[in-house]
Amino acid sequence: MKIKSQRDFYSGVLFSAFGVAFAWGATTYNVGSGARMGPGYFPLIVGILMAIMGSLIALKALIIETEDGEPIGSIAWRPLGFVIGANLIFGVLLGGLPSIGLPPMGLIVAIYALTFIASLAGDQFSFKGVAVLATILALGSYLAFVVALKLQFPVWPTFIG
Amino acid sequence: MDLITNLSIGFGVAFTAQNLVYAFVGCLLGTLIGVLPGIGPVATIAMLLPATYALPPVAALIMLAGIYYGAQYGGSTTAILVNLPGESSSVVTVIDGYQMARKGRAGPALAAAGLGSFFAGCVGTLILAAFAPPLTELAFKFGPAEYFSLMILGLIGAVVLASGSLLKAITMILFGLALGLVGTDVNSGVARYSFDIPELTDGIGFIAIAMGVFGYGEIIANLAVPEHEREVFTAKVKGLWPTKQDFKDMTPAVLRGTALGSALGILPGGGALLSAFAAYTIEKKMKLKAGEVPFGKGNIRGVAGPESANNAGAQTSFIPLLTLGIPPNAVMALMVGAMTIHNIQPGPQVMTSNPELFWGLIASMWIGNLMLIVLNLPMIGIWIKLLTIPYKWLFPAIVLFCAVGVYSENNNTFDVWMVAIFGIVGYAFLKLKCEPAPLLLGFILGPMMEENLRRALLLSRGDWSVFVMRPISAGLLAAALLLLVIVLLPAVKAKREEAFVED
Repeated sequence: MKIKSQRDFYSGVLFSAFGVAFAWGATTYNVGSGARMGPGYFPLIVGILMAIMGSLIALKALIIETEDGEPIGSIAWRPLGFVIGANLIFGVLLGGLPSIGLPPMGLIVAIYALTFIASLAGDQFSFKGVAVLATILALGSYLAFVVALKLQFPVWPTFIG
Repeated sequence: MDLITNLSIGFGVAFTAQNLVYAFVGCLLGTLIGVLPGIGPVATIAMLLPATYALPPVAALIMLAGIYYGAQYGGSTTAILVNLPGESSSVVTVIDGYQMARKGRAGPALAAAGLGSFFAGCVGTLILAAFAPPLTELAFKFGPAEYFSLMILGLIGAVVLASGSLLKAITMILFGLALGLVGTDVNSGVARYSFDIPELTDGIGFIAIAMGVFGYGEIIANLAVPEHEREVFTAKVKGLWPTKQDFKDMTPAVLRGTALGSALGILPGGGALLSAFAAYTIEKKMKLKAGEVPFGKGNIRGVAGPESANNAGAQTSFIPLLTLGIPPNAVMALMVGAMTIHNIQPGPQVMTSNPELFWGLIASMWIGNLMLIVLNLPMIGIWIKLLTIPYKWLFPAIVLFCAVGVYSENNNTFDVWMVAIFGIVGYAFLKLKCEPAPLLLGFILGPMMEENLRRALLLSRGDWSVFVMRPISAGLLAAALLLLVIVLLPAVKAKREEAFVED
């Protein structure tokens, strides 16, 4: 059996797997009956429907011919890694990570880190340019979020402020 | 007349200094993100939601609404001058708008888009004001069974009208419903699917989902293709005013676009994007007059029609939200979130319990449209300058605003981890060609559907036939079924697929 549409086949398989897992999770709660729906009743329906729809999608991808096999194509690891990485580092620096004993470093440090890491996701990178951008963003965010909107952020590292 | 008293309440609210400022900020931001390709109203509204905590509810909603319809204005500028849709709803404006710019007629094209949008926005607002009260009356007659069926119709309508693959779109809705069920069940107090993570007992933050999927997912996809050299027609924007012949050509197109957009905006799944597509198709079908430029070569009707339609649609898509509490598209789903943040339960009771909010929001839209026409025509030069900013400076800023926005929602880094997960999920959706908008609708409607299903079945003692025995409910379900059948008819199916592939 040849896969006629890669994209559809894998999305169908993933949806089905999620649906089955979700429905199985629902059975660990009290399902109840129609008149007295338990917390598992509606999730069970949703999970089963999703499993069915997912298999339909996957089945269709095995049967119906497509022009180019609808390949998923290459995955853009570089932007994916750097954008998500920048986001994670931002969270770690802003709030600290007690499990490894890292204290909160605050908003300003986190913004510089995020801007530099995120910029690596693009295909052009100039240290000076990114440093200017990070400074503008740090200053702008401080004024907009902390001064104007009065959002609660740790601004400076805890051991300084 | 009721309408006039109501609108005067509205204008009283909208004309306070604070609300004028927020309407202006919303319109300005909307135009900004409309002009910039690669960032849309969904991601922007999601980013700014947490920032509106501190504002009064009216001001917050006025600003967020301004972003949505403001983006419809800004999107056309990029479409005409750069040959890129600044906003997904201006995809069709690119075709004739850019050709006009190449012939040195960028000015009239921009003016046609702006004036058409303004006219359509005014009409859309009036329709919203006129149709909201009777629809609200109707909504009060709805019981849980009717609401459940209405949501089914809404969700089916949303995917039938607005997405590529039907099967995948329906599954995305189910996925959204499933994600919406994570967290503490209101009736039993059981924490569902929370894996003993305390933050998950409150459910997944929809801001994290919206930003991860629409913000990060798109940035990653944008970066995966090398940046194109943009050809910006900056020097050629001279003489904004269209000629007499232009006015003659565009007026009927504006009228048709407005009518079509207003009608399609109300439908579930409707809104700006669908309206623009439909309007362009209609204009193309109309016979060309002698001496008129053919479509695809810079016909002014191809700009005026879709641009009027997308603005009218953006305006009237507020009707189902404000009267029934049911969001017809992803932006409106975010507005539900915004209202909930401010302790307003969207639905028919909003009009009676918060009349200032309801009418103030509507009145602000008219004022906002007026601001937008000023922002977009005389001040076009500023926006053109913006277009020369390369993406490499923009995307780190977008990543930052997403991260800051999601953190400030709960002042908790947990949401930052969630947005990272959904960023990866969002990119996977893009790679697998699964449209994310239905997911957001399902996510918002999930808990509501469960609650109404529970109530309906409780009242009927577990008898499922209640959904077909009650006439309104049966009618709504029949309509949903009819929609599905129509779309699956071979002739319609082929046409529909063609429509989403075209251009």
